[in-house]
Amino acid sequence: MSHHSHDLEPAAHGGEHPDNPLAPGLPQHKLRRTDVDPRAAKRAERQISLMFVIGTLAPIVFFFLYVYIPGDKLILIPFIGQTSASNFFLGMTMGVGLFCVGAGAIHWAKKLMPDVEEVAERHPIRGTDEDRATAVAHFNEGVEDSGFGQYKLIRRTLLGALAATPLFAVPLLKDLGPMPGDKLRNTLWDKDIRIVSDVTLNPLKPSDIPFGGLVSCVPENLEKVEEETGNLNARAKVPVVLVRLRPDEIRAQQGPNWDYQGILCYSKICTHVGCPTALYDQKAHTLLCPCHQSTFDLADAGHVIFGPAARSMPQLAITVDSEGYLVARGDFTQPIGPSFWERG
Amino acid sequence: MTTQAETGPIIKAGGAAADYVDQRVGVSKFLKKNLNKVFPDHWSFMLGEIALYSFIVLLLSGTFLALFFKPSMTEAVYHGSFIDLNGIKMSEAYASTINISFDIRGGLLMRQVHHWAALMFLAAITVHLLRVFFTGAFRKPREINWLIGNALLTLGILEGFAGYSLPDDLLSGTGLRIAQGIVQGIPVVGTYAAMLLFGGEFPGNDFIPRLYIVHVLLIPGIMLGLITAHLMLVWYQKHTQFPGPGRTEGNVVGYRLFPVYTAKAGGFFFIVFGITVLLSALASINPVWLFGPYTPTQITAGSQPDWYMGWLDGALRMMPNVEFNAWGHTLSLNVLVPSLIVPGILFTVLAIYPFIEQFATGDRREHHLLDRPRNVPTRTALGTMSIAFYMLLWVGGDNDIIATHFDLSINQITWALRVMIFIVPPLVFVFTRRFCLALQRRDREKLLHGYETGTIMRMPSGEFFELHAPVSDEERAVLLAGVTYQPLELDDSPDENGVRPKVSPLDRARAKLSGFYFGEQIEKPTAEELEHSAHHAQELADGYARQLESGGAPSAPSAGDKAH
Repeated sequence: MSHHSHDLEPAAHGGEHPDNPLAPGLPQHKLRRTDVDPRAAKRAERQISLMFVIGTLAPIVFFFLYVYIPGDKLILIPFIGQTSASNFFLGMTMGVGLFCVGAGAIHWAKKLMPDVEEVAERHPIRGTDEDRATAVAHFNEGVEDSGFGQYKLIRRTLLGALAATPLFAVPLLKDLGPMPGDKLRNTLWDKDIRIVSDVTLNPLKPSDIPFGGLVSCVPENLEKVEEETGNLNARAKVPVVLVRLRPDEIRAQQGPNWDYQGILCYSKICTHVGCPTALYDQKAHTLLCPCHQSTFDLADAGHVIFGPAARSMPQLAITVDSEGYLVARGDFTQPIGPSFWERG
Repeated sequence: MTTQAETGPIIKAGGAAADYVDQRVGVSKFLKKNLNKVFPDHWSFMLGEIALYSFIVLLLSGTFLALFFKPSMTEAVYHGSFIDLNGIKMSEAYASTINISFDIRGGLLMRQVHHWAALMFLAAITVHLLRVFFTGAFRKPREINWLIGNALLTLGILEGFAGYSLPDDLLSGTGLRIAQGIVQGIPVVGTYAAMLLFGGEFPGNDFIPRLYIVHVLLIPGIMLGLITAHLMLVWYQKHTQFPGPGRTEGNVVGYRLFPVYTAKAGGFFFIVFGITVLLSALASINPVWLFGPYTPTQITAGSQPDWYMGWLDGALRMMPNVEFNAWGHTLSLNVLVPSLIVPGILFTVLAIYPFIEQFATGDRREHHLLDRPRNVPTRTALGTMSIAFYMLLWVGGDNDIIATHFDLSINQITWALRVMIFIVPPLVFVFTRRFCLALQRRDREKLLHGYETGTIMRMPSGEFFELHAPVSDEERAVLLAGVTYQPLELDDSPDENGVRPKVSPLDRARAKLSGFYFGEQIEKPTAEELEHSAHHAQELADGYARQLESGGAPSAPSAGDKAH
């Protein structure tokens, strides 16, 4: 506390301006126990050192725990349940070690370092008028020297060049992806493509679809196409659900007789932002999207009855092939999934 | 305290090193000015520190993860030690995340540290922003730092989203699908933008590697630069301080950088790091092995994003299904409004707020003393109104969880929120403003009449009264602090020839805004009023004293003055 620079003033403590009660100085500094009682200071020193000792030992303990606790060992911790022993003990050791280093340092600052507040004056942030004038003069000199004002042609062509330079990036970034083309309008579904279970990949007969049930399906050729393309793009568009209703429960469809004996096939991809819908209420025949709760009435042409989706769930016309398996009668007649500007 | 003999050699060695560095870098000039720099102390000034330290923890744990993570969507079949997923097809990104969790010792800990630190980072930024807003710390000269902070918040949200999308698990893949659906819905350019971003249709094979470089280099690089600028400005402009005795617009009261703040701030870094690690030891976060690998045909019910994305998801859920089709084009307002327009407006208004308020006050002075929120009721009310708006969107993001936990109808919850989002924030605004004005009135009362001591006196005449004691000098300094603005009046009264002066629309707008901000406020007592009240209190006391002596009726004060 002995070497104040010119910036710092010793703080005014205990109302040094008695004549102006509206602007009192700093409140009276209160001495801490560690300031007056050497035993308290000694105790604080021991506490701080203890925390630093824990901080020193923790990495060593961590090292042994790392070696001796197998990565796949599970233990039961009260209130937490079954958890990875390695994660628990490594984390506790590292956490406690780091915490103690921090707590020790703060304890040191609070108990043993000076706690007398000091006052520093703020200095103007802006430059002085002289600073400004000199800066402006230097700048103008530079402008003058360069002839920026004089050579109109240079100035304009330079600005043109600088404006044009970023254009290099435009063609370079073009190959980030292909142009949309009609990609968003087609899926793998086509005439006579069999509808297979999403899980077993087996083709389905009408008798496999129970009343009230919902079966998630994909086209039979999906696996083959995925092997060729090596991506999941086709899979993101083809998922459908099959539901079976009694014919008198079906109020409307998107095309005449697009069902097969009461079996309806709808896209599974939500028309809002593209999550797969999943929750089927068999009494109300509604399909709910778990992402944003758009709800589609499958008995009524897939209309939206609640939620943020604006368009009906696209329906796929189906029939059976010569062997009696359910097949598509063609691709969807409208793009599936979320809207896009060119969709129309 | 250690003795000179113990520290001698250390100081000597340090001195030699310092001499070496100073001869080459001239470091003494910097240290001379900065080692004894004074920082004010307040718990709320640590919020920004938590954000900073979480960022460092993120860099450290993220570097560890990057050593093992494979940012690839190439298909792999898992054969690791987590047998539940044995033989399952997944991307290399997901497989390597499972490996980090089960086969790299300490890997799960580092994954959880990284995720917890990200959650804390954004929480700390958010609360720090609220502190800066409600105390007016964004006022001149700190508007630029406010803008930098806003950029950091926006980048932090993007960075967090990018980070939790990388493992390519079922939950994060669904989040990416939503993001892709939103991009695709942007008018005119959306379809092309989505194709370019994803290298074609969703999901493609390009996005995870692209997201990876954005997540580990591009965004953190920009953030590191902005954080450096943020701190340099705090350093150069000196920290704000709360009003109190001895604290003025012209000074900073606090402790020195060295040693007190070196120990406190350095120690606090270890505390933040330690607590993050303890959390990661005790509380599981983002257990991707339970979600399974991403596949576009599947979804889990009750999908929830990380907390800082919740309000955006809630907005998507609450928006009614408005979509227009015309001239062969589709405009999906049900997607655009909640995901781009509303957040766009919110972030823009947030960023330009300091300039809006400055336009209303017309105040070009520097402000280094923080406002007490009650002293700026309109700003405070705008803040709580925005919090209410944000919280309602956030609740909207949990509507399915609320519905299943409390056995409510999801449709009713959503409709209730659609109505409340328009009604609740204005109510919160009005309530907050009234509450602030009431607090100001109480402050004024306290200044003029002191506080109630709870001591009841009985006079010889039998009458009772309560003793009031004047507030202390320290408290008075706090209560008197703050700038009181007068609403700007438009002077467009006709002159002697009956001609009204022209008032520009800008001035008219300024007067309107000024009236909105400062039209109703409680004046702080003037020095004369304070003196008068002190004098009055003295008279009152003297009167009672005389009465006590004489045992007669009070002479000076009337009954109404006894207990204000």
